[in-house]
Amino acid sequence: MSTVAGPGMVVSAEQRKRARNVGFAYLVLAMVCFFVFTRRPGDAGFKISETSQFTLPAQGFGWALGIVLVAIAAAQLLRGLGKLSNVVLALATAAFFMSFLAWAAAGDSFSFVGMLQDTVSRSVPITLGAIGGILSERSGVINISIEGMLLAAACTSAIAASLTNLWLGTLVGVLTGMALAAVLAVMSIRYKVDQVIVGFAINFFALGITSFISFRVLVPNRDTMNNLLPVMPIRIPVLADIPFFGGIFFDQTIFVYFSFLAVAVTTWGLYRTKWGLRTRAIGEYPKAAGTLGVDVNKLRYRNLLLAGGVAGIGGAWWPIGIVGRFDQNITNGRGFIALAAVIFGRWHPVGALCGALVFALSEAVRLKIGNFDTGIPSEFLIMAPYVVTIIVVAGFIGASRAPKAAGQPYEDQ
Amino acid sequence: MKFELRGITKRFPGIVANDQVSLSISTGEVLALIGENGAGKSTLMNVLYGIYRPDEGELMVDGKPIHFSSPADAIAAGIGMVHQHFMLVPVMTVAENVVLGVEPTGRLGSLDIAEARRMVREVSDKYKLELDPDAVIEDLPVGVRQRVEIVKVLMRDAQIVVFDEPTAVLTPSEILEFFEIVRTLVGAGRGVIFITHKLKEALTIADRINVLRRGKVVGETAPSATNEDEIAEMMVGRAVQLVVDKHSAKPGDVMLAVRDLTVVEPDGRTVVDGVSFEVRRGEIVGVAGVQGNGQTELVEAIAGLRRAAGGSVTLAGRDITGDSPRERHVAGMAHIPEDRQKQGLVVDMSIVENLVLTRYHDPEFSSGVRMNWAGAKEKAAAMVAAYDIRTTDPSQAASTLSGGNQQKVIVARELSRDIKVAVAAQPTRGIDVGSIEYVHAQMVKERDNGVAMLVVSTELDEVMALSDRVLVMYRGKIVADLDPRTVSHMDVGLYMAGSRPTAVSS
Repeated sequence: MSTVAGPGMVVSAEQRKRARNVGFAYLVLAMVCFFVFTRRPGDAGFKISETSQFTLPAQGFGWALGIVLVAIAAAQLLRGLGKLSNVVLALATAAFFMSFLAWAAAGDSFSFVGMLQDTVSRSVPITLGAIGGILSERSGVINISIEGMLLAAACTSAIAASLTNLWLGTLVGVLTGMALAAVLAVMSIRYKVDQVIVGFAINFFALGITSFISFRVLVPNRDTMNNLLPVMPIRIPVLADIPFFGGIFFDQTIFVYFSFLAVAVTTWGLYRTKWGLRTRAIGEYPKAAGTLGVDVNKLRYRNLLLAGGVAGIGGAWWPIGIVGRFDQNITNGRGFIALAAVIFGRWHPVGALCGALVFALSEAVRLKIGNFDTGIPSEFLIMAPYVVTIIVVAGFIGASRAPKAAGQPYEDQ
Repeated sequence: MKFELRGITKRFPGIVANDQVSLSISTGEVLALIGENGAGKSTLMNVLYGIYRPDEGELMVDGKPIHFSSPADAIAAGIGMVHQHFMLVPVMTVAENVVLGVEPTGRLGSLDIAEARRMVREVSDKYKLELDPDAVIEDLPVGVRQRVEIVKVLMRDAQIVVFDEPTAVLTPSEILEFFEIVRTLVGAGRGVIFITHKLKEALTIADRINVLRRGKVVGETAPSATNEDEIAEMMVGRAVQLVVDKHSAKPGDVMLAVRDLTVVEPDGRTVVDGVSFEVRRGEIVGVAGVQGNGQTELVEAIAGLRRAAGGSVTLAGRDITGDSPRERHVAGMAHIPEDRQKQGLVVDMSIVENLVLTRYHDPEFSSGVRMNWAGAKEKAAAMVAAYDIRTTDPSQAASTLSGGNQQKVIVARELSRDIKVAVAAQPTRGIDVGSIEYVHAQMVKERDNGVAMLVVSTELDEVMALSDRVLVMYRGKIVADLDPRTVSHMDVGLYMAGSRPTAVSS
């Protein structure tokens, strides 16, 4: 630490440390390749359509990847990869993932395309929850009650859809999300209560009330109040016939299409409209907007309600989009994963979608891997997505910048 | 257009911030509103800008009464405000900031950013402000940010432009540019209200001067009819010594030696770049420089708040480079930090607690785990008396004190013990003339007692008046080592702007 770096090559201690950590991470991955991925003999079959598949020799792939990873680690540790770092990281991660699948499925085969299709489907509530989070936090309100909004909306939409139809069910989910968002809004904007505490209260309230409804109302009336036929996938003509990708993206339910649309519209809205400019301004420096005549708190109310509505659709996905009923705590922390996706995506809708896909993928993998006899205890498989989250967010994404005013009430004077 | 405030009174619990204040401003003139911190200038401007509603009195435009219930009303009436703390969103571009609230839109509420750019260019060209619409605010120097604020105001067609302490953050050359801009605005038929506590500037630019003290207008004058001493007396209510009274220094042994000190930010920027200097017993060394040239980081590295990437700091012959702030404190270093509310004080704690904050572990104030509050109170009472801290009750929170008195608390705490070296960053920023006089006198007194004093300030006047030697810092380096008795303000200003070759003699 005592050397003075010359101009041009000055690198802070933090940057050097980071480069070193990434280098060591490659070495760890290489060790996993050598000592784990080469242990199961046989070829793994990856089905990429009803009729075709490609095979990877699990052991050979593991050895080859391990050697490549050692080389990358050496390059990283010795001279750094510079501009290529992120590309290399993405490719290495993808290859490592394939090697892991090959190891798990060695001597057997599984539907690779089915797993990815499942991933896209499962990303819906995470994506929509994340958009709710982005809308709130970009406006300057921390919203950890996404989980509660998802859960409550899942419950009410299941009941409403069972009693009436799927459209009305979804609408009730939206209204439920908005109602909870209204509570958060009034408490945090008008009464300036700590936003994290209100969020927690909403989450526990949602968990408590839906558990109660589940036991006392839905279980006794299972057939009439908690029994519905979820929506069917809609095949988009032409696009769905694209080999491999068609099935993954264009043979999905309306929820999937809606979540993609929501990402596109939110991105356009935030960066290309008057509303977006004002929203970003009140999340970063509300006083600047306030002194120019923008009604900061009114816009926060509106955006929070919108966030609740979007999260409500995310909640309705469980009963109406996939399962066909409500179970106690059916969301099981997906709302919190959505917040991780917000951070992963640096408060940008497209980034959050990528985060949601990563988390959904780890879930889909867990469900597939469970079918193979890998010797990994199922508890560890369930843990994996969260471990991935921590490593990704802490190790590779690094410090990302939240909207500056998030969490601070605005004084109107 | 003529804008008037008639008999404005605004009360807050416990104080009358504005007491029957009347003033008027017409387009085509510059009115300077001068007064100490806490005199009620900001309250008055918030009334004028629709943020506060007055309890009594009225606002008139061309003789007709008008009511503002929000800044939007004031903007609509032709009032524009350039706030002291710029109201700019740091992560957005110039164009985005300028059109916020009056966005040009296309179909479906989409933002017409091309039109926004054009609007910025148009105003910028008209008033020669030279702004790039696509630059991101956080990358811009302070002087340019101020021009963005000016464009914002002009774009909303303000007839009267209010500048709240506009020069506080500018370099001497930027101040001159700013005055040019003010003249251009007035020439184009706008009226300017210029709020300041700097007497020279008011005398330079204003057509008329109103002096505010304790919420009242205590004087109205014109630059041609008055001088600095007279205005200072009106502001404070008594005669004030504007120059620092001191004998020439008798430097002794080196007490603080900084060698090749380098500080690197987490993002890799070198903010202090191989800085070396010495401060001797019995002298005040001033560091001049425009804000953001590494002074903050230099002070933090010397005080132990930031790790040096290279070089050393020696206190009375002992290498303290790796020492903690506490170890430095015990070794005899005092530190008056730049931001008194964030670093110097715990504003929600009492004055007594703040006065013993760095010495609670002293046997005088504690034994084992127990605090000796009686001893602390006694000592605090003595310091309150000795350092003229204006308070009725030292057990009240430090936040109840005025800025000047808060600063006196820090000065008392840091200088009232046996020290070898004192490092003071912006020791008089934002405090009133009377308190400045007092703080300066205390620093000179400590110097004469044999303390080595390092003063970092962005106020060139302060550095020149207080220091026995002046170092100029530019882009992380010391670029000049000057004698304040023989060098002119203008020359130092040129070094500060980096437009002079290095002149470091050792």
